[in-house]
Amino acid sequence: MNKKLRSFNSPTFLAYALIAPAAIYILLIVAWPVLETIRLSFTNSSLAGEDYVGFENYEKMLSSKKFNKIVTRTFVWMFFSVSLKLIIGLIGAILLNANLRGRSMFRVLIMPPWVVPIAIGMLGWLWLYNGYFGIIAGVGMHTGILDGPFGFLAYKQSAFISTIVADVWVGTPMVTVFFLAAMQGVPKDLYEAAYCDGASRWDRFFKITLPQITPVIITMSILSAIWTFNSFEIIWILTEGGPRGATTTLIIDTYKQALGNYKFGRGAARAVVVMILLTLFAGFYLALLARINKKISHG
Amino acid sequence: MDRYTFLEKFFIYSAIFIFMTFILLPFVEMFYASLRPLDHLFRSPYQFYSDDLSFWAYREMWNTVPMLGRYIFNSFFLASSVAILTLLFVIPAAYSYARFNFPFKNSSLYILLAINMFSGAVLLIPLYKVLRTFGLLNSYQAMIVPGVAFLIPTSIWLLKSYFEKIPVDLEEAAFVDGASRVQILRHIIAPLSTPGLVVVGIYAFIGAYAQQFLFAITFNQKKEYMPIPSGLYEFIGYQSVKWNEMMAASLVGIAPVLILFIFLQKYIVEGLTAGAVKN
Repeated sequence: MNKKLRSFNSPTFLAYALIAPAAIYILLIVAWPVLETIRLSFTNSSLAGEDYVGFENYEKMLSSKKFNKIVTRTFVWMFFSVSLKLIIGLIGAILLNANLRGRSMFRVLIMPPWVVPIAIGMLGWLWLYNGYFGIIAGVGMHTGILDGPFGFLAYKQSAFISTIVADVWVGTPMVTVFFLAAMQGVPKDLYEAAYCDGASRWDRFFKITLPQITPVIITMSILSAIWTFNSFEIIWILTEGGPRGATTTLIIDTYKQALGNYKFGRGAARAVVVMILLTLFAGFYLALLARINKKISHG
Repeated sequence: MDRYTFLEKFFIYSAIFIFMTFILLPFVEMFYASLRPLDHLFRSPYQFYSDDLSFWAYREMWNTVPMLGRYIFNSFFLASSVAILTLLFVIPAAYSYARFNFPFKNSSLYILLAINMFSGAVLLIPLYKVLRTFGLLNSYQAMIVPGVAFLIPTSIWLLKSYFEKIPVDLEEAAFVDGASRVQILRHIIAPLSTPGLVVVGIYAFIGAYAQQFLFAITFNQKKEYMPIPSGLYEFIGYQSVKWNEMMAASLVGIAPVLILFIFLQKYIVEGLTAGAVKN
């Protein structure tokens, strides 16, 4: 390689200069707010002003029974939502991977919940869940499962389940699409060889497809855990965390404290807990990604 | 490879039907509700059949919510501004990641991935204070500025993979022949990367269109800047909700994004899944 070419390929200064605008933007709008949140969590900041209060926000938060309940609830909510997304997504991907007529049309038709603004999709769900006039209550009443109007978002347990269903609805298409892409990436000759050896369709799925797409399944479970954990609009629009706090997750609680009551300090303490948990998830995800990449590059 | 028996086909199609029902029911029901008169909607138990379906709600909604057109325009304006700004920040960065080697390259790429995991909802408090300090609350900027930040990471990753597909030899040859970097950018990179730029731009547009709600309800109280998702709540009156008009307006509001997506879904899905699947 001549000298000119080398200088073309490793101009460190230019490389940094090109990245700088994006980096500075992110530092200002994401990194700085992260630090500011941490600082605020040690103050009693509100619209009136702020004073340093040490660990008071944290002590109050951690000793409150309500907060502990919210944390548990968040994880239960997340567990059901993520598992359902993965299971339904996998089944969906298997179905749409079948070599049948119409599959490319179905593949497009599953996308809308993913693409459409969540806030608008949720208006549709609000109508579906309507206790008097909604179609779900209607089917229930016509078939006799319900003996009268039933507001799905009005009772603690049904609201909890209903928000999970809506969240699964938003998240499933993306999971399906990723699983589908992974399935199509499995080398065809593996299947052909297995077919010649007389392996049944069932065998081929469990012995070839499933092991081949495991890395993607693992990646998607962590990613969708993170997104589900961050889920705000779905619950906010359907229930605002109610009834009586039944659907208040950590994110909802953070929002309510901070921008419902303008108690920035308390809200910030909650946001810090959220960030710590997110950092754990993210670290887990990145470590795993690094391992998968290493494995692939080594063989 | 083996073919499906009739029974297998029947089973798979039935399962697909159930799956699609779950996915599409809200949209189908939204559309159906938008065609029915309000007093048909307000019947309990639910009536599956209406005989006087019409597009009346699609006309009436402009009268019920006089600012509706403005909200739709705002949504477009906000999403386009966010998409264009995102591209401006992302193009040089993605090019740099795709072409050069430098210290902290990989670690900074992973940091970008990690940033992706922080949603706007966690950072609302300091963002609120920042925007208040700069006097940006209740303006278009209040929704544009945070919007761009959360789209930069994924867009860099997406565009980087497009730039990597452009053979580096072309640029090297031009460079050896004495072309300046600016000339290379204009005559080689720009034309070759147009498809990639379009896809990333559309991704940013759809993302910006989708994330408007949170920033809009938190950072903006002024009606004239509201995007469609928050504007739709005006159909909720003191007495009753005009569901048919609200659904009509919702569908009109999402139609442009859906149409864009349907035409470009192949490229967007390819781009997004490439990172997770290509290995």
